[in-house]
Amino acid sequence: MKRLRRTMLFMPGNNPGMLQNAGILGADSIILDLEDAVSLTEKDSARILTREAIKNIDYINVEVVVRVNPFDTEFAKEDIDVIARVKPDALMIPKATEEELEAIDKILTTIEVEESFEKGSIKLLPIIETAYGVENVYNIIKSSDRIVGVLLGGEDLTSDLGIKRTKEGEEIFYARNRVAIACKAMKVDSIDTPFTDTNDFEGLEKDTRKAKSLGLTGKAAINPRQIDTIHYVYAPNAEEIKYAKRVLEAMEEAESEGKGVFSLDGKMIDAPVINRAKNTVELAMLLGLM
Amino acid sequence: MKNILGREIPEYIEGYGKVTQFEGVFKHAGIKLKKETKLNSVTPNHEKVLKSLEVVLEKVQLRDGMTISFHHHLRNGDKVLNLVVEAIAKTGIKDITLAASSLFPNNASLIDHIKSGVITKIVTNYMSGPLAQEVSKGILKTPVTMHTHGGRARAIESGDLHIDVAFIAAPTADEYGNISGLYGKSACGALGYAVSDAECADKVVAITDNLVPYPTCPIEISQIYIDYIVQVESIGDPAGIVSGTTKITKDPVGLKIAKMAKDVMVASGLVKNEMSFQTGAGGISLAVAAELRKHMNQHKIVGSFASGGITGYIVDMFEEGLFRTLFDVQCFDLQAVRSYVSTHKHQRMSASMYGNPDNKGAVVNNLDIVILGATEIDTDFNVNVTTGSDGAIMGGSGGHSDTAAGAKLTIIVTQLMKARLPIIKESVTTITTPGESIDVIVTERGIAVNPKRTDIIEKLKSTNLPLMTIHELKAIAEKMTGKPKAIELSDEIVAVIEYRDGSVIDVVRRPL
Repeated sequence: MKRLRRTMLFMPGNNPGMLQNAGILGADSIILDLEDAVSLTEKDSARILTREAIKNIDYINVEVVVRVNPFDTEFAKEDIDVIARVKPDALMIPKATEEELEAIDKILTTIEVEESFEKGSIKLLPIIETAYGVENVYNIIKSSDRIVGVLLGGEDLTSDLGIKRTKEGEEIFYARNRVAIACKAMKVDSIDTPFTDTNDFEGLEKDTRKAKSLGLTGKAAINPRQIDTIHYVYAPNAEEIKYAKRVLEAMEEAESEGKGVFSLDGKMIDAPVINRAKNTVELAMLLGLM
Repeated sequence: MKNILGREIPEYIEGYGKVTQFEGVFKHAGIKLKKETKLNSVTPNHEKVLKSLEVVLEKVQLRDGMTISFHHHLRNGDKVLNLVVEAIAKTGIKDITLAASSLFPNNASLIDHIKSGVITKIVTNYMSGPLAQEVSKGILKTPVTMHTHGGRARAIESGDLHIDVAFIAAPTADEYGNISGLYGKSACGALGYAVSDAECADKVVAITDNLVPYPTCPIEISQIYIDYIVQVESIGDPAGIVSGTTKITKDPVGLKIAKMAKDVMVASGLVKNEMSFQTGAGGISLAVAAELRKHMNQHKIVGSFASGGITGYIVDMFEEGLFRTLFDVQCFDLQAVRSYVSTHKHQRMSASMYGNPDNKGAVVNNLDIVILGATEIDTDFNVNVTTGSDGAIMGGSGGHSDTAAGAKLTIIVTQLMKARLPIIKESVTTITTPGESIDVIVTERGIAVNPKRTDIIEKLKSTNLPLMTIHELKAIAEKMTGKPKAIELSDEIVAVIEYRDGSVIDVVRRPL
């Protein structure tokens, strides 16, 4: 079954209560965080707790991702070694460069062989959160076959640029655009930066719609209450589903009549429209909306 | 001997009497008799207002061994109960049976009076705080009798619970005894739990901090039941009175449970025009109400009534037009009091009208859906809301068993694990409400339906809800927490749990 990645929920890796409940909060993926959510003195205990959580908790139908510390820190290698051996679905790499990702890929291959895991089974999700990352996103994605998606980190990016981060998000417009297109070109997911005002659901919906309209395929969440709104935006609405069904019905009718092209509501329907209709229907069925 | 739920209940309990065994939710229905009430008729020049509590105790001729009663509408802010017991202790009277509809942490002062022999028996529907802790340790010579709200009314009206003197805390009382809960500095709204006491006790005393000229209006409890009135400085602390409602939970797990509960209600087909609904005052229960509210608004559904202890959240739904009327046995907060004052469509129901199984039909019989909590649930769907994880008393049925028996759909909402303990066990420590009356358990990890309700199982199968057996749910919990050790109990019975029909459904044995 095709797995969705509409939402990726950040959970602090040193909070046992949250780790226990992370899987049932409705997100498509959970990011167990060893980096920013954990203070320097807690890095080791968070690593151990997260390892034990992955080993013992049944995260049914949820993608388990662990955000390790940046590769140039003293914690990263230990994070990767300990966590990879309990087989998370993916590792999320902050401020990743091509060289770092190549190195991590090799480390993971070694571990997979040692632990008899299927080769390539541990995926990677680099975070694009520096000016360098945005400009080099295409190469970064190419650096490893394990890469299944990319997270855009708006807070760190604007910090790197020395500019203000705003709710409207104009300042990250280019970054969103670039990441969305590069990811699409490389056929991987593009995850938008989280919306940090957890009490503003109207703002969250607006921000998510903006991301969706630019082609970003999902959004990170920093609070479980954000999940429903993000899923709502990323779900086809009733009208979209109705239209998609009509397109496919018209297509079938045209095929049975031996027609190559056909029109619906006065518009000519060609391949891209049909593909979009197929995707809509597939997603709608997956979400139980049909 | 073992009753039909597998509980070891003796045929006779010292300090309680002969036991009628629980035999099923409606097994004891039939012809019932109302008790005869003795009363002193009075002539027109009779003075009811007395100078002090001391004079009151003289006039009502309080003696050793009598039973006194109180309502709990002032909740943890109540001052009347402690005041009266204090006054009784001073007179040297002993061996009193205290029939209070509920007891709270601020009744801890009763512990000393129990130890000194002033109070030797307690009959109540709910007990929490230090008093409950001490009672669980066995400081009373006799076991506490625990009723449901409906069952207490039944017991009083049938004569099973004879009250010598009922003390009714009255936010407003006039000089001839008419009582109201609407006005006064200690206003608390509906006085549903005081009605049976007023109607059936031998002597009834109104204790007020707001004595008004005759007649007060509107009248909640009539002068025809009141013997005496006495004025005191304050009957309750407003902060404690209206602290009944918590806030809607913000916990994502609680919110998820609430959403799932809403989905169950909708799938059942009961969410439609003219529906009736009741929920508790706790965080998750209120979240369920919020979900239902959204749904009812979206689909333009108008219900017939919402009932129970009424909270501001239910009032909001009512004022939005989602229910035609409210049935209120107690107001949990100021919002509810305000609403009760402002419209006749927000109606009082007495505890008897609410849940007495032995009248011509209680409101619970008309209830479609009720949302309830649990401290423990077992694989037979029996629910415990009386004792906690340490085996001590920390609550009681309240309206739990009554609503569960009457409602078409009874849903328990709870986290699967609280702290590190699984909520689902092989066998609950204390059975408050029998599994026969429990339909669905909703937890964040899964939903279990009572196997008897094949109709609900069918309806839920066609949804995306995580339906599973209660054994599977229990297994999920135990996989995370491990299997908890059994609580060690002595043989000493510290409480007798009476079902709403007066039969004994379980006992609480003193934890070791």
